Amino acid sequence: MNPANRPPVEAAVLGTGQTHHTSRRLDVSMAGLCREAIDAAMADARAGWDDIDAIIIGKAPDLFEGVMMPELMMADALGAAGKPLLRVHTAGSVGGSTAIAATAHVQSGRFRRVLAVSWEKQSESNAMWALSLPVPFAAPVGAGAGGHFAPHVRSYIETSGAPLDTGAKVVVKDRRAGARNPHAHLHQPDITVEQVMAGKMLWDPIRYDETCPSSDGASAIVIGDSVAAREAESAGRGVAWIHATSMRTEAGTYSGRNHRSPRAGRDAAAALWAEAGIDDPRAEIDVAEIYVPFSWFEPMWLENLGFCDAGDGWKLVAEGATAPDGDLPVNPSGGVLSSNPIGASGMLRFAEAARQVMGRADEHQIAGARRAFGHAYGGASQYFSMWVVGAEPNEAVASLRETQDQAL
Amino acid sequence: MTTTTPARDVAIVAFAHAAHSEASPGTTNGVEMLAPVFAECYEQSGLDRREIDFWCSGSSDYLAGRAFSFISAIEAIGATPSIQESHVEGDAAWALFEAWLTILSGHADTALVYGFGKASASADLDATMAAQLDPYTQSPLGPGRHQLAALQARAGLDAGMWSTDDLARIAARTHGIELAEVAAARAEADPLTAFDCPPVTDGACAVILAAGDRAKEIRTTPAWIAGLGQAIDSAELGARDLTASPSVREAARQATGGAELGPIDLAELHTPYSHQEIIVRRELGLGDNVRITPSGGSLAADPMFSAGLERIGYAAKAIYDGGARRTLGHASAGPLLQHNLVALLEGRG
Amino acid sequence: MATDSIAVQIEAPEGEALSAPLHPSFDYTRSTGPILGAFFAGLRERTLRGIRDNSGRVHVPPVEFDPTTHEALSASDIVDVAEEGEVVSWTWVSEPGASAALASPHALALIRPRGADTAMLHVIAAESAADISTGMRVEARWIPEPRGSIRDLYFVPAGSQMSPGLADYRGGLDDSDRLVTPVELDVTHTAGFAERTFLRGLAAGKIIGRRRSNGPEVYVPPRDWCPSDGVPMGEFVEVADTGVVTTFGIVNAAFAGQKITPPYVTAYILLDGSDLPIQHLVLGIPANEVRMGMRVRAHWVPESERVHSMASISHFEPTGEPDAPRGSFEKHL
Repeated sequence: MNPANRPPVEAAVLGTGQTHHTSRRLDVSMAGLCREAIDAAMADARAGWDDIDAIIIGKAPDLFEGVMMPELMMADALGAAGKPLLRVHTAGSVGGSTAIAATAHVQSGRFRRVLAVSWEKQSESNAMWALSLPVPFAAPVGAGAGGHFAPHVRSYIETSGAPLDTGAKVVVKDRRAGARNPHAHLHQPDITVEQVMAGKMLWDPIRYDETCPSSDGASAIVIGDSVAAREAESAGRGVAWIHATSMRTEAGTYSGRNHRSPRAGRDAAAALWAEAGIDDPRAEIDVAEIYVPFSWFEPMWLENLGFCDAGDGWKLVAEGATAPDGDLPVNPSGGVLSSNPIGASGMLRFAEAARQVMGRADEHQIAGARRAFGHAYGGASQYFSMWVVGAEPNEAVASLRETQDQAL
Repeated sequence: MTTTTPARDVAIVAFAHAAHSEASPGTTNGVEMLAPVFAECYEQSGLDRREIDFWCSGSSDYLAGRAFSFISAIEAIGATPSIQESHVEGDAAWALFEAWLTILSGHADTALVYGFGKASASADLDATMAAQLDPYTQSPLGPGRHQLAALQARAGLDAGMWSTDDLARIAARTHGIELAEVAAARAEADPLTAFDCPPVTDGACAVILAAGDRAKEIRTTPAWIAGLGQAIDSAELGARDLTASPSVREAARQATGGAELGPIDLAELHTPYSHQEIIVRRELGLGDNVRITPSGGSLAADPMFSAGLERIGYAAKAIYDGGARRTLGHASAGPLLQHNLVALLEGRG
Repeated sequence: MATDSIAVQIEAPEGEALSAPLHPSFDYTRSTGPILGAFFAGLRERTLRGIRDNSGRVHVPPVEFDPTTHEALSASDIVDVAEEGEVVSWTWVSEPGASAALASPHALALIRPRGADTAMLHVIAAESAADISTGMRVEARWIPEPRGSIRDLYFVPAGSQMSPGLADYRGGLDDSDRLVTPVELDVTHTAGFAERTFLRGLAAGKIIGRRRSNGPEVYVPPRDWCPSDGVPMGEFVEVADTGVVTTFGIVNAAFAGQKITPPYVTAYILLDGSDLPIQHLVLGIPANEVRMGMRVRAHWVPESERVHSMASISHFEPTGEPDAPRGSFEKHL
C-alpha cells in the first residue's frame, strides 16, 4: 500500500550475513551467535561500525531463551550502545518484518545505513515446551506446530486433488538444494522421494522428513539509501534494490476463514506486486525464497501469493517449475526445510533473495537472477511479510518520482 | 546519521488510556482494556478502524508468562479483512517510532499505536523483571527491581548529584503530599522510600498518528511531531556512570537534528523513580520554567510497556488542549534508564 | 474537542472472575562461548576473572566485545582479579525474595574487585545496613562446592566471619560446560469476560457460544469483540454437543507432557449451531477411519469431574450418522 502515492526514498540491501545453522551452537553465547551473522553482513556490505546509524533486531518469543528483551543486555555486543535500537516481534514472520522495519528506517529519509539482525537460540530451552505451556482453562489437545498445521494440509490435499507425493517432492528439492548451501543445517544430497514417503508419519498427513529442523542461528543485513547503494555499485559491489515491501495480519480464527490460503497472505501479495509494478509474478520473478516449514506449504503459498491459480500449486511442483532449473526456482538455499532458527528464518528468506540479485549466492546462485522474492509468515498463518528486490532500482517507483519531479 | 528533514509532517491526533488500575479484571492479553481505549480514540479522531493504515503495538510476553500474548491483543481491532501491522517487544513508545517511520516512508497516512501490560498478574514482579538483566551473571542473583534502582539513587547521593531532599520534593509533588510525610516514610530500598518507587499498575494506551492534511482534518491543533529520536546505552551496569544517561542526550540530539532543544512548555518524563527525573532533566537541560510531568508519570502509576507511550500522549494532549505550544514526551526502557526515546511535539498556526 | 476522556474506565461484567496460576519454569542451558566460559570455569576453581579490553580497562565479569571498537575480545585477554574489592554502590535487602542469592538480610551492591576497572553486581552478607558503606572493602567467600555459577560466591565486609544463610539454587555449569540458569515465573492467568460464561457452561455440561451483533454467525468459544468487525458481540446461545469433523490430523509424534498415547486424532469440529470449528480429540474409532465430514458427539467426563475447561469434554466420538456433505462445511476449511 502506498496511500500517499508517494515514492519512498530508495533503499537497497548492501550486504548480508548468516551463521552456520545447527541444532546446538554450543561454541557461542547468544551475543556471539548474533555477531557471527552481523560481522559477515558488515563485511559483505564493506561497512564499518561508524557507518551504521541504527540497529533493528528481531526474534520470536523471549521464552525460547529465557531473557526478557535480550537485546537490552546485548546492546554492547550488537554495537548499539549510543545508537537507536528497535526490537521487532511479529511471531514467525519476525525475520521478514524486521527487514521491513529496517527498510522503513532508510525509506523515511532519516537514516543512511542501518543494520538489521534476527536470531534464535533454540538450544537454550525447548521450543515445544515454550509453545505448549499448559495454560489454565485450555484443553490439552495441541501437539505443537505440526499438530496445528496438519489438519489444514489435509484440507489442501483433499480440496486440490494434489498427488500424495507432492510434499515429498518439495522435500527432495529443498534438501538437495540445502546440500549445496554450506550454512544449511541439514545436508541430504542423496535424499529421494521414496525415502521420504517411507518415513514415519509424524502428524499425518505430514511425514517426519516433511518438517523443518530446530536450529540455532542468526541472519543479518545492512540496508542503505540510494547514495550508499550507488557508492557500493561504483566500487563494483552489487546491491539488491528494494522494490517493494508488504506486511499483513489477520485474526487466527474467524468464521469463514480460509486456512489453506489466508486472506492476509493474498492481500499482502497483491499490495506487494502493485508496489513493485509486477503484473505476472511467475513471469517476472526470477527466484523466490518462500517460508516453507512443512513441505506442503510450497504449493499452498504458490497459490496464496498469486504465482498460480488456486488449486494449481501442486502442478508447479510436479512439473519441476520450482526446481533450481525450473522457470520459478523456489528456495535454492534449501529454505526453512533445511534450516529453521525461528526468529531468523524469515530474514534468511529475505537475505537469500537479496543474495541472488546481488549475484553472491555462491553454490546455489540462480544464473541471471535479476528480480527476487522473499517471504515469511507466522502465528496461525496470520502474519505475513514479504519483499521484492532487484538488481536495478524499481522502475515503477523511479517513473513515479520522475512524474512528480516534473509536476513540481 | 543523515539529517534529512522528514518529507512528511506527522501529528498525534488522538490519545486515550485505560484508567490506571492495581488489578484490572481482564486477561493478560490486554483486549479488555484496549477495545474501549480504541473506541475512545476513534471517537476523538472521527476515524473508523478501516481508515487506519498501520497498526503497531508494544508489550512483553514476560508479563503474560507465555509466548505470543500480543497475538490475542489484535482481537481488540477486528482485523478482518487483513491489516498492515507490526509489534515491538517493549514499551509502545518504540511502536510509535516504527509507526512514524512507516508513515514517513509513504507506507501509511494514519497509524494507531498501542501498548498494554497487566503487571498485577505477576505474583513476583521482581522475579519477572530480573529476567531482563544479563542472564549469565545478574539474573541468577535475583535482584529486586527497586533494589537495582536504589544502586543508581545512591550513586547520585554519593556523587553529590542530588540529595534525599531533592528526591523527597519530587515524590511530594507527584503524590500531592507534604515533604514531612515523605521524610517519615520507611525505606523501600535504601535510600529509596515507597514514595520514590513506582506502584504496580495495569494499563493500556493508544494514540493515533496522521500525516499532513489528514491530521488537519481531524484536529484544529494537531500535536505535530517536530522530532523523534531514540538511543540505547551500554548494558554493563558496573561500567556505566549510573548518574548519567547519555542515550537521553543522544535521543534528543536525533530529535532536533543536532540543533538546540529550544523552548519547551511542558515535559512528560518517563521516570519510574524520583531520582531518575533529575537525571533526565539534566541530560535534556530542562530549566525550572518547564512544567515536569503534570500527569504524575510512572511514579504515580506505572502501566508497564504503555507508560512511555502514555507520556507522549499527555505531551500531545497539552498541545491540542491549547495549554502548551511546544512539549516533550520521553520514554524509557530497560534497567536504570538504559534505552531512551524523546519526542518533540508542537502546535502550529 | 474539549470532551476527550483520556482515562477510559474499564467495565467488567457482573460475576466473579475466573483465575488460575500459571508457573512457567525451565532450566535454561546456556552455551557461554570462550569468554564467559572462562569466567564460569574460574568460579568453579574459586577464581574471579575479568578481561582486558583494547584500551587496557579490565571488565569483571568479562565482556565478549570491546566497548569502543566492538571487536571480539579473545580468551587470551582474560586476567585474574582479586577476590576482594571496593563497594561502589549498595542498597539493603531486609526481606530477601525467593530468588535472592542469600536467604538472610544482606546488601545488594556494585563491587569493584581489586585489579578491575568496572564493578560487578553481587551480594554482601552483613548484620545490618549500618555495616555497609560506599567505598568499604569487601572480600569474597566461596560456597563449599563451587559449580560454576555467579552464586558460587558472596561477599562479606573485609575480615568478617559472617556465615549467612545461602538460598537454594540449582544452577551452574553442567557436564558439557553449559550454564544452567533456572527461570521461574508466577503468573495469575485470568479468563476473558465472555470466556467465563463459556467455562462455567462447560462445568455445567453445556457448550455456550455467542452470536455476532452484526451478523448471524455464532462463535464458539464466545468472544467479547468480533474478529470480523471489532464491535461487541451479541447474545450468548447454547450450541449442540454434536457436530461435523471438518478436517483433522493424526498425531504420531511423541513429545514432553503428552497425555495420550499416539496415534490419536486432533480434529476441527463444527458444532451444530456454530459457525467456527473448535479443535478437539476424536477417539472411539481407529485413527485411520476418521473422515472429513464425519458426524461426532462430545464425550463428557462424569459430572463430578467437570471443570472450568474444555477438559470437561474428554473427546469426541462418532455418532454413527451418515457423513455430512463437503459443501456443508467447505467454507470453514
